[in-house]
Amino acid sequence: MPTYNLKINGSVQSIEAAEDTPLLWALRDQLDMVGTKYGCGIGQCGSCTVHVDGNAIRSCQLQISQLDGKEITTIEGLSEDGSHPVQEAWKAIDVPQCGYCQAGQIMTASAFLEKNPNPSREEIRNAMHGNICRCASYNRIENAVAMAAEKKMA
Amino acid sequence: MSSTISTKFSRRSFLRTSSLASGGMLIGFNFFTACKDTAKMPVDIAELNYNDFNAFIKISDEGMVTIFSPNPEIGQGVKTSMPMIIAEELDVPWENVNVVQGILDTQNYTRQVAGGSQSIRFGWDALRQTGATARQLLVNAAAARWGVDASECSAKQGVITNANGETLGYGEVVKEAALLQVPESEDSAIEEESKSENPEFKDEKTEGIAGNVTLKDPKDYTLIGTDVGNVDIDEIITGKPLFGLDYKVEGMVYASVLRPPAFGQVLESYDDTAAKAVTGVIDVIKIGEKAKALLAKDEVNWTAILAPTEKVVVIAENSWAAIKGKKALKAEWSDNSPLENTKAHDKILTDLLDGNEFQNMRKDGDVKKAFKQADKVVERTYESPFLPHNTMEPMNFFADVTDSKILLVGPVQTPADAAATVAEMLGRDEKDIRLEMTRMGGGFGRRLYGDFVYEAAEISDKIRKPVKMFSTREDDMMTGVYRPAIKYRIAASIKDGEVTGYHLKEAAVNGNMYGLIPNFFPAGAIENYQVDVAKYDSNISTGAWRAPYTNFLSYAEQSFLDELAEVMEKDPVQMRLDLLEKVKGTNDDRIQYSAERLQDVLKLAVEKSGYRTPKDGVYQGVCAYYCHNTHVAEVADVVMEGEQPVVKKITVAVDCGIVINPLGAKNQIEGGAIDGVGHSMYGDFVFENGMPTSNNYDKYRLIRMNESPIVETHFVKNTLSPTGLGEPTLPPAGAAVAIAMKKATGNRVYKQPFVSNMNSKPILG
Repeated sequence: MPTYNLKINGSVQSIEAAEDTPLLWALRDQLDMVGTKYGCGIGQCGSCTVHVDGNAIRSCQLQISQLDGKEITTIEGLSEDGSHPVQEAWKAIDVPQCGYCQAGQIMTASAFLEKNPNPSREEIRNAMHGNICRCASYNRIENAVAMAAEKKMA
Repeated sequence: MSSTISTKFSRRSFLRTSSLASGGMLIGFNFFTACKDTAKMPVDIAELNYNDFNAFIKISDEGMVTIFSPNPEIGQGVKTSMPMIIAEELDVPWENVNVVQGILDTQNYTRQVAGGSQSIRFGWDALRQTGATARQLLVNAAAARWGVDASECSAKQGVITNANGETLGYGEVVKEAALLQVPESEDSAIEEESKSENPEFKDEKTEGIAGNVTLKDPKDYTLIGTDVGNVDIDEIITGKPLFGLDYKVEGMVYASVLRPPAFGQVLESYDDTAAKAVTGVIDVIKIGEKAKALLAKDEVNWTAILAPTEKVVVIAENSWAAIKGKKALKAEWSDNSPLENTKAHDKILTDLLDGNEFQNMRKDGDVKKAFKQADKVVERTYESPFLPHNTMEPMNFFADVTDSKILLVGPVQTPADAAATVAEMLGRDEKDIRLEMTRMGGGFGRRLYGDFVYEAAEISDKIRKPVKMFSTREDDMMTGVYRPAIKYRIAASIKDGEVTGYHLKEAAVNGNMYGLIPNFFPAGAIENYQVDVAKYDSNISTGAWRAPYTNFLSYAEQSFLDELAEVMEKDPVQMRLDLLEKVKGTNDDRIQYSAERLQDVLKLAVEKSGYRTPKDGVYQGVCAYYCHNTHVAEVADVVMEGEQPVVKKITVAVDCGIVINPLGAKNQIEGGAIDGVGHSMYGDFVFENGMPTSNNYDKYRLIRMNESPIVETHFVKNTLSPTGLGEPTLPPAGAAVAIAMKKATGNRVYKQPFVSNMNSKPILG
């Protein structure tokens, strides 16, 4: 099997895997980074969202052979201790119910706020519409993104 | 002098204590029953056994409190709210409390079930008594050390104070407290036993005294009623392994199961040449023989996934290889029973409603006579499709079967049943089975069924390796246990401006409404009242889905009442209040809802939503519904955006008794209401030739953030015993939306999902 060197959360990780292995499964099974979740495998639910060069990307749709030289950030590397403004807002508002989709939600929100630091409510709702929360904690996700934006602006 | 508090040992005590070898005090207790005479308390924290106790509390020498409970968390927040109840009565600062998920390794562990919004309701008495008894033990120990009467001492926030103002921390007296006799408590917690057999029971006042252990007056609560964050929040937001799918051990392999593509099919043959050629695939095996034998023996009918067929399993080094291997499998299937489809179900259910083969569930007076004498009879039919659960974490389980033991780990809501079934299936002793529960990525009823546990166990039994069986989204959606398709036909008679008769008929796939559901409002309010049910047995597996039956019944009944009010030219709120007035003082003990409480939530929702002072362009629908022991009223605000009605807001008024943790409670309420809106608007699941036509989120529509209404929650404040919130706000949401949409569009919608049936015409019977 070929070996791939991926730059994940600031350090280079070497993985031996089939070339069509989606980043999602390489992270979970090979690298034991299970914060990135499997939800649908077709890029429709957003549970597997990571950052690739700062963009929110569905890791189930990205093969490890396509990631040479790319900077990948996962939920484990978003901050050292859960202190990213988005994570703090998630905690302050107590967003999760079952919690399964939340890493993906946080990764989508944090990439979005980098590009649009001062979004309107409507922009938040549209930016987050690709991430399904089956518990429907949507009101809290929306409020947490707004709170994180305010914190970042302050 | 010695403590004058009598500490007569009670044989029927529901808690026991021990002094831990490593320091600190351990308390073991039961939610529902007295401790067995044989129950032994461990003295080592590594030896907690949940055979004899439901949960344990450790109080360390430093006064830190750790609660060990195997109660599974599926997202209802019970892992936070239940320890809050103990901490309140024990009177310790919440920051000193730590909650640890326990491990299940028993054959007698019958009630570790998260379902039916019942955890809080059943735990309420036992958890308070445990906390209060532990507090009294600590006070008694401190009093003995001081040589004063325990009644002169008080405990607050982990510190005991005597009349002279001297203080001792809980941690300082745990050694002595562990040796004291347990103060006797009255049997209210123990009597929960009989109550728990009954799915519904009447409201109870929160009592202040239990034996010589004094429970707090609710007005003195300092923790209950305050906002407490989810105890697992840090792990969730940093992506720590918490869920079944995250569980992993050295040497574990991954398994993907190829099940019949259609309900009614069985495996004929398969070719695994291509699958075995996939890099990372270790082996391809067949399972199903043992499950088949079990099925034949047990008449297990609630999961056709355990259908009488073999299944093909790809064993691989990683998940991706397992998925690819399964795609490369070639299998031949044959029809074992007819392949069904939604069109046929539609006709079958209508025929059932038109027919005469019903089972009666409730009969008051004489509806036939009332209908004959009526000025007018209104009849409407309401229809709903099958629905999949779609938990975000697909079904999965870990199993490691060896000659000496069986380890099972994962997300299941019925661990005791799962362990017992695995033992029976594999012909093993239950004592050899250890089942650990993980956090669950959603349940909604799906994880009540243990089919995925049996599959994992059968695979590991065969390959004798630790294995993680996992479903893909497609597997999960296509081989589910669905909310059954149902139709309701409701007819009511009107005479002299009053509703004189009401006849509800249910036609459902596989199962009918049960328990006290036929006695929910408006039962008791109408003199001539009848509920009849009929069912059609399908080979498609069906089961509980968040708020079983009421998730659709509420929409049908409340829509009907609204239409009835329109026909009678009555105000829909006043009509409900008037009907409820007639229920007051009933001596029919099947009527478990409280007319007053339902009236109160309705009034509160009306007031808070501005229902009486509507804004231009905002169309509001109101309803009130009781289910799962909680009284809820909801008002939906709908606006027209172009031709499309859009749900902007849901105002929810809830009476769930004492609100333990408002922050968590509101989360459940918001989620339940949006879930109710989402599935009413979009949820559709069609079968063709035994096969679902949608298998993933590109074809199955779940509500998303940009479609979600804002939910505003209001609680009725009282000191009645708490009831659960996992389900009760879902059923009224669809009704409130349908009623608001009628105002917005002029059309009533009689069929779910609303989005594709907005212009349906009423089916007149």
